[in-house]
Amino acid sequence: MDFIQNFPFFSILLSLGSGVLTSIMNKKAARIWNTFILTAITVMSAVLFVYMLDVGEPYTFMMGHFPAPWGNEIRAGVLEAGMALFFCIVMMLSLKGGQEHIDAEIEETKVNLYYIMINLLLSSLLALIYTNDLFTAYVFVEINTISACGLIMIRQSGRTIEAATRYMIMSCLGSGLLLMGLCVLYDITGHLLMSNIKESVAYVYAQGTYKVPLVASIGMICVGLAIKSALYPFHTWLPDAYGYSTVSSAAILSSLVSKGYIFLLIKIFFRVVGFDVIVDSKIVNILFVFGLFGMIMGSVNAILENDIRRMIAFSSVAQIGYIYMGLGLGTTIGIVASIFHVLSHASTKSLLFIAGVGLTDASGGSKKFVDLTGSGYRNPMAGVAFAIGACSMVGIPMFSGFISKLLFAQAAVANNVGKQLPTLICLAVSTVLNAIYFMKTVIRIYTPSGRNAKKTQAGEAALMSMKEHPLYHVTLLFMIILNMILGCCSQPIVDWITSGLAMFG
Amino acid sequence: MGGNLLANYGEAVSMILFGIGFSNLLLQKNLIKKIIGLNIMDTATYLFLAEKGYIAGRAAPIVVDNVTSVEAYINPVPSGLVLTGIVVSVSVTALMLSLTIRLYRRYHTLDMDEISTMLKKEDQ
Repeated sequence: MDFIQNFPFFSILLSLGSGVLTSIMNKKAARIWNTFILTAITVMSAVLFVYMLDVGEPYTFMMGHFPAPWGNEIRAGVLEAGMALFFCIVMMLSLKGGQEHIDAEIEETKVNLYYIMINLLLSSLLALIYTNDLFTAYVFVEINTISACGLIMIRQSGRTIEAATRYMIMSCLGSGLLLMGLCVLYDITGHLLMSNIKESVAYVYAQGTYKVPLVASIGMICVGLAIKSALYPFHTWLPDAYGYSTVSSAAILSSLVSKGYIFLLIKIFFRVVGFDVIVDSKIVNILFVFGLFGMIMGSVNAILENDIRRMIAFSSVAQIGYIYMGLGLGTTIGIVASIFHVLSHASTKSLLFIAGVGLTDASGGSKKFVDLTGSGYRNPMAGVAFAIGACSMVGIPMFSGFISKLLFAQAAVANNVGKQLPTLICLAVSTVLNAIYFMKTVIRIYTPSGRNAKKTQAGEAALMSMKEHPLYHVTLLFMIILNMILGCCSQPIVDWITSGLAMFG
Repeated sequence: MGGNLLANYGEAVSMILFGIGFSNLLLQKNLIKKIIGLNIMDTATYLFLAEKGYIAGRAAPIVVDNVTSVEAYINPVPSGLVLTGIVVSVSVTALMLSLTIRLYRRYHTLDMDEISTMLKKEDQ
């Protein structure tokens, strides 16, 4: 066995362990240590990714001393390694972009607690990506939820505590369903390791016995994970949680936490139940319908919103709808499009949140649209970054959002079971709605603030320059580059996702 | 159908309890009642696992009198899962209770809807 094959285990253990270690550090040490750990894990994931591309074969890694049907396992392939790398990069950028706000908005003695949450979140995300055992996945789903809850409520205000409570309630509903689904599946198949379950499910399904419990358990798992990743009717906690928490938390929650659950769901589709069984059980159709609803309703809510952070949050609801729509198409190209949209949305949404906070800072801290007039001139870099993020979300070529919309449209055209037309219509309508609210915002931030000069005087004083906030500007630059890479060099990325999915099977 | 239900009444009861807990967690306004619902829901899952993991007449797999036949013992994994689940559920409940205390100190009510209206008033 090559030494590099230990890297997934090292990264999970390192972030989990450093979470414990951070609790005894002071603010500055915690920050430096966290940056160091995050860099180390990014490097390890990158090395593993290159290694996996080279080897081209997934491998399983035995945890503990018991072999396959009894013991616990980690499994790594091209897709897993690449996802881990991408998640680490986005997390690093979101943390660095919002660092000034972390320092300003969180109580002095509690900043190290913030980094504990970040470390635990990272370890649970990595574990969700790499694990080959369903019950381990459940335990890390709960760790993910608890640390995400901490990220929301660490900025103390009535709004965030209420948002955290709502988030916990919805998450508990989701994980209750997930746990029950897993138990029923375990009961039917007698295994907890994903590859063993898949064999048993294929056997049981071919026999035709236990059809109802099998479909019920798949349904519970799908709905549970959909609730946790804020699919449309279950999104009520989301605007408050993203709108009032500190900006790094909002960026990490929208771009990573919900994506971790979606990645787990895709893994369950391919590695646990088997894609044929999933498509045959018609559950994808339900996800498809809710996805379409989400695409339209999320955008409509975003148009009605009067607060920039909440608008971006509602836009997340719409984008999650896109991802579930792609899963619901029930074809492999649909799943490829969804995974690409996971990447594209993660990079764009964190960019929008970080750029948005620059604009509100330049407007005296107000998040209302009226006060944002002309803020693109007061904070030029944030204005450009927001415009780029908006273009990407609307789907202008050269940016990542365009590629994912193209992939969704291609997947819809290739589909021939009556989902073609609804998908294309909803894509078109949703794009127009996206354009309405994002272009409205971009036009507003580039409208010279003649009439509102009095209101924004406080903002004028806070003109943000490159010299005062070097870290913020460099982060935005990196985020823009990441977005452009996804938008301009999409073919290798799509090839990577396709080969990774083939390794899943 | 009826015979199956009678043979598996434990599983049936656990599913009903799961439904009761789930709807309480979703629909109750009072936070404490929500948390009680959460606990009923989690416990129902453990009942299901325990019920499925036990085979009548067999013992826990601890070898004391040199009986090594597989027929004499049950599979210990479901019981292990119950323990893991209990640990998770305890931590989630603790977190929910601490959030409830925070909200109560701030708003002097346990009703989620009232808290929402107060928050809206705060904004204006």
